[in-house]
Amino acid sequence: MAFRLGVDVGGTFTDLLLINEQTGETWRDKVPSTPSDPSIAVVAGTEAICKTAGIKPADIGQFLHGTTVATNAVLEGKGARAGLLVTKGYRQVLQVARSLVPGGLAAWITWPKPEPLAALECTVEIPERLAADGSVITPLDEAGARAAIEALKDEGIEALTICLINSYVNGEHERRVAAIAREVFPDLPISLSHEILPEMQEYERALTTVANSVVRPVMARYIANLRGKLRSLGMAGRINLLRSDGGLMGSEKAEDAPVNLLMSGPAGGVTGALWVARHSGHKNILTLDVGGTSTDVALIEHGEARLRRETSVGHLTVRTSSLDVKTVGAGGGSIAHVPELTGALRVGPESAGADPGPAAYGKGGTEPTVTDAHVVLGNLPEDLLGGSFKLDVAAARQAVQRIADALSVTLEEAAQGIIDIANENMYGALRLVSVQQGYDPRDFALMGFGGAGSLHSNAVAQLMGSYPVIVPTSPGVLCATGDATTQMRYEHARSFNRMVPDTSDAEIADWLSDMAETVMRELEDEGVPRAQQTVTFEAGVRYAGQGFEVDLPITEDQFTGGGIAGLTKAFDVEHERLFTFNLDVTHEIVNLRAVALGQGAEMPAATLEAGTGDPSAAKVRDHRMWVAGVEHDAVIYDRAKLKAGDTVTGPAVVTEMDSTAVILPGHAGVVDAVGNIIIDRV
Amino acid sequence: MPATIVEPGKAPFQKVDIDTISLDIIENALRNARTEMDATLFRTAMSPGIREQGDAFPLIADRDGKMIVGQFGSFIGGFLEGYDGEIEDGDVIWLSDPYACDGAVSHNNDWLIIRPIFRAGRLVAWSSMFGHQTDIGGKVPGSMPTDATSIFEEGIRIPPIKLYKKDVLQEDILKLVLHQVRMPEWCRADLHAIVASCRVAEKRIHEICERFGDDVFASATDELLARNKRAMHQLFTTAVGEKPVSFEDYVCDDGRGYGPFKMKCTMWREGDVVILDFDGTDPQAAGSINFFLNENMLKMFFGIYMIMVFDPQVMFNDGFYDLVDVRIPERSLLKPEFPAALSCRTHGLGRLFDVLGALLGQGQPEFLNAAGFSSSPHLMFSGFWAGSNDWFQLFQIGFGGIPGRPFGDGPDGHSLWPGFTNVPNEFLERYFPLVITEYSSIPDSGGAGQNRGGNGILMTYRFTNAGTIAVHDDRWFIPPWGVNGGEPGARSTKLLRRADGSRTVLPAKCDNISVEAGDELDYITWGGGGWGDPLARDPELVALEVRRGLVSKDGARDKYGVVLAGKAVDTGATEALRAKMRKNRPEPSIFNFGPGMNTLRQNALTETGLAAPTPPRW
Repeated sequence: MAFRLGVDVGGTFTDLLLINEQTGETWRDKVPSTPSDPSIAVVAGTEAICKTAGIKPADIGQFLHGTTVATNAVLEGKGARAGLLVTKGYRQVLQVARSLVPGGLAAWITWPKPEPLAALECTVEIPERLAADGSVITPLDEAGARAAIEALKDEGIEALTICLINSYVNGEHERRVAAIAREVFPDLPISLSHEILPEMQEYERALTTVANSVVRPVMARYIANLRGKLRSLGMAGRINLLRSDGGLMGSEKAEDAPVNLLMSGPAGGVTGALWVARHSGHKNILTLDVGGTSTDVALIEHGEARLRRETSVGHLTVRTSSLDVKTVGAGGGSIAHVPELTGALRVGPESAGADPGPAAYGKGGTEPTVTDAHVVLGNLPEDLLGGSFKLDVAAARQAVQRIADALSVTLEEAAQGIIDIANENMYGALRLVSVQQGYDPRDFALMGFGGAGSLHSNAVAQLMGSYPVIVPTSPGVLCATGDATTQMRYEHARSFNRMVPDTSDAEIADWLSDMAETVMRELEDEGVPRAQQTVTFEAGVRYAGQGFEVDLPITEDQFTGGGIAGLTKAFDVEHERLFTFNLDVTHEIVNLRAVALGQGAEMPAATLEAGTGDPSAAKVRDHRMWVAGVEHDAVIYDRAKLKAGDTVTGPAVVTEMDSTAVILPGHAGVVDAVGNIIIDRV
Repeated sequence: MPATIVEPGKAPFQKVDIDTISLDIIENALRNARTEMDATLFRTAMSPGIREQGDAFPLIADRDGKMIVGQFGSFIGGFLEGYDGEIEDGDVIWLSDPYACDGAVSHNNDWLIIRPIFRAGRLVAWSSMFGHQTDIGGKVPGSMPTDATSIFEEGIRIPPIKLYKKDVLQEDILKLVLHQVRMPEWCRADLHAIVASCRVAEKRIHEICERFGDDVFASATDELLARNKRAMHQLFTTAVGEKPVSFEDYVCDDGRGYGPFKMKCTMWREGDVVILDFDGTDPQAAGSINFFLNENMLKMFFGIYMIMVFDPQVMFNDGFYDLVDVRIPERSLLKPEFPAALSCRTHGLGRLFDVLGALLGQGQPEFLNAAGFSSSPHLMFSGFWAGSNDWFQLFQIGFGGIPGRPFGDGPDGHSLWPGFTNVPNEFLERYFPLVITEYSSIPDSGGAGQNRGGNGILMTYRFTNAGTIAVHDDRWFIPPWGVNGGEPGARSTKLLRRADGSRTVLPAKCDNISVEAGDELDYITWGGGGWGDPLARDPELVALEVRRGLVSKDGARDKYGVVLAGKAVDTGATEALRAKMRKNRPEPSIFNFGPGMNTLRQNALTETGLAAPTPPRW
């Protein structure tokens, strides 16, 4: 049972990384994804990699998995039809929302009216009312509640949500309503708002809980199906899923609270990049995860990814923590087209996906994609996946020619235009996480990964001024690396909402110890012994009357004496730093948060044999590449044969089993001690 | 005498050619700086009006005071014209008196901060922001007396003064002002927050100038203004005709029993210039509904409406101001004479947007939206916590129905004001002595149409502590009109239900209404007007909206001609009813104003519970 298997399901490929926890030895593999039932590829890949490594599935102690099943359910509107039970008088909580029309003056003229995540015809009112302090204003009318719930019987709901006013203080009514609902709908999953998000603000709490309901059936089916198949292979170990915040959670808990997994897929890439950051010596990194249909970008500073208190998927934003990842609809499968009206070249957001895929994949695709443009320019040699996958160059050229004809330019100019626009879209996303957050991209290295990241990273670095460009080892399975090496994590936040004069160190110490117990028990349930857990705490503080809090790290020990005084002082310092002023008013402690972390896998980066600096032993053949309208002599290298210290001068293409890297003219890549190629300007 | 700008490093900026990519980067950097201003404000301000609801407006202007990014256009020119002092590096200007800045802000509650940004002794840019203070003293909590007849009743007036000199806070001035207000902590925090926001913008401008050079920045702002002017010129010449078009609409009453007050605008184009002439607008009111309209602000409103109606891709700034000529008659509702009362100008501001929308769409009904700006309805609730000397004061902005649009239905209970949000009810209940027992949109209140007007909102407050309330709203007497066959939206109303069982319809504008614990207030806002023929709306959609509680079964039949059998559409009956309705109705005109002024007057008391306002005399 000494093996860990990380599996990441992408839109095009399912990537696998197997680690022998005792020796640190690793195996990598990838198989084509099976979008109609992603578990098929997962199981096929698991069997294949076990065979390669010469082990049995029963030897896998931990199966660690990032998935986009929940993400796609939201993006494609294929989630469950969710029912919603609310307090009397609040049926339209999602319809009215926060009354916000995004945009500037007169933006309402063109703003599309959104449909609530739980349809209004599936939302009913429960006769009951709690006050803001949790006391009962109107007792729960159980007969009335039952009648209201029964009225949903004809609506075809597949999941049920309960969100009652002020339940974040007192969950009793929600629990009793749930008991009735279970009698009426014994087979439906029921999500309670005070469990999913015990925080003030009825709209955000309702929306987040409904989002949980919407993805719950599809995730439950997926997880149960996957678990069944893995068990039948003999895999008896733990199955953990990657959360949006980059931590892991057990698959049983994930079935109940899948809203925490909405950004599971992209989080895998970031946690993988964090692993590379730990081993490459580069602590400030912009990540560029280019998949088949989209590109995810994130910013890592001092070896840590930024965490947000919300998660956004498409137009949906819910209150669960996530790594700060931005997504744009530009990937290898993005389709280029020229609208007749404007005559402008557009790339995406439509994608050829995995099926039929780009024309070059020879699976019947005829639309010109970014991948086809790479083939035309010579960035992608004919052999992919170590020769097991042959590209159809003629089909790619034929597809891109249609763009060239529409624009009346040469074939190569059309291909370059497609790549330039895709790069510009990626650049735009990177700006959101860097410049717009106050970071100068020139202070960061750029790491491309995913199947096509290293095809674009050098060109995007040129736009951003972000150097060096890091081409990690096996960039295609970096997400799986992240899945396999990150930690179990459990987070628990509670609204505290007390003015400093009205609370005490002792009260906070009590809360923290209670919350610590909660999070440690959760991780213990997940198989992480307490001895291997680390618990950290944060307090959200603001001046009484402000609407936003500043999160500050605290410790349990602090509150044996002088804890609150220290906390308010730290707040004043931070407030002054962030906002240039302090106020002489009472502080409010808004919420407390406890996070328990397990231990990650120690997967050492394998060191590479030192070379002479001359890469010619790794040369595959001479090659021709088009860059910015000029055809260059170039060389193709086999990454597996490159040694530490070897310098590859651009223009060049470096191929490996799961990925291809481009080094542009005016640049050179040096292979570092652990096998990353570090590209810089020469 | 205009302001003197002290520039020891004065030297003309060198004109530099800029590639379009650098220009785009600078424009985006300024946009991001503006977004950061908002974020800083929301994170640090205290009054729910600013930090939850967004009643504050940032701006970054070039060295001449022209807005490059922002919302309502620049007023810095007006301020400079009226300020007789020197402006130096390190100054922070503070003001609130509309009469001292040519209407840059339009009531005393809006505190305006202006920060000149210097580099090496040269003025390169301005950052500025104003925000609505919950209370600035005066005769009523909230400082917007509905019955005021002069600005001296409307709280403290701040002329342009320096809050900071050489970046040193003038503590005495701040102390003096905060001594006048009921909520000094909120005002202090909100003021600091506004200053901090302006400083964030300043920091970003320094970064941009360091990266590109001061000359490049100056040339870039020039070019951004010129680029906008070119785009707007194109838009004006294609979308505004030379033949004058007029539209008039009304503010229902002045809070003193008189009304309605007409607002009229005529638009035409002479060559490159669009003229907006408010001739025919009623004289100024005796009460506080006067709206001191800054001409440049109106140009910006007009420009943004043009952009949003006809071509939302155009980026806007002050560059096109030469292309618009605004004419407002002196001593009118829109250009009152000092010391006319101004505090309740928000109704006029709202009505102005309805008038603008109607003017622009009149020539091209396919672009025409219905009416839906009632106002920015307010509720004030204040008093002492029972058994204590601690004061509480709530200022809350409500929302109504968005109009039916060519684009689609108007959203229910949403904000027409940019960036405004509601206050979470759980927040209200936690910090104020009240319970919100009902929070929903009102079926059938949105005007019927092929694209339905948004429904108004019913919000029921149950007070749990004695106090006083004030109400500010409009569209209680004259309904929001529908267009292209759409019906008018429902009117607003406020019903106070006492714990003793008595019921009172409150005027749309009133102060100092005492409430006791247990009293309930139904705060009902207006519905948006409908767009297009209601009989052309998909019957299945009408049926669905009945199930959703957005349209009643009777409403479906009477307004849309849709007959339901249970939950489903009775297709045969529906077709028959629709045919009959089509035959019996008059030919629809572009605008549907409802039954007309005379009928509204006759039926006012029975329909609204309030007597019709007395026609104003001058």
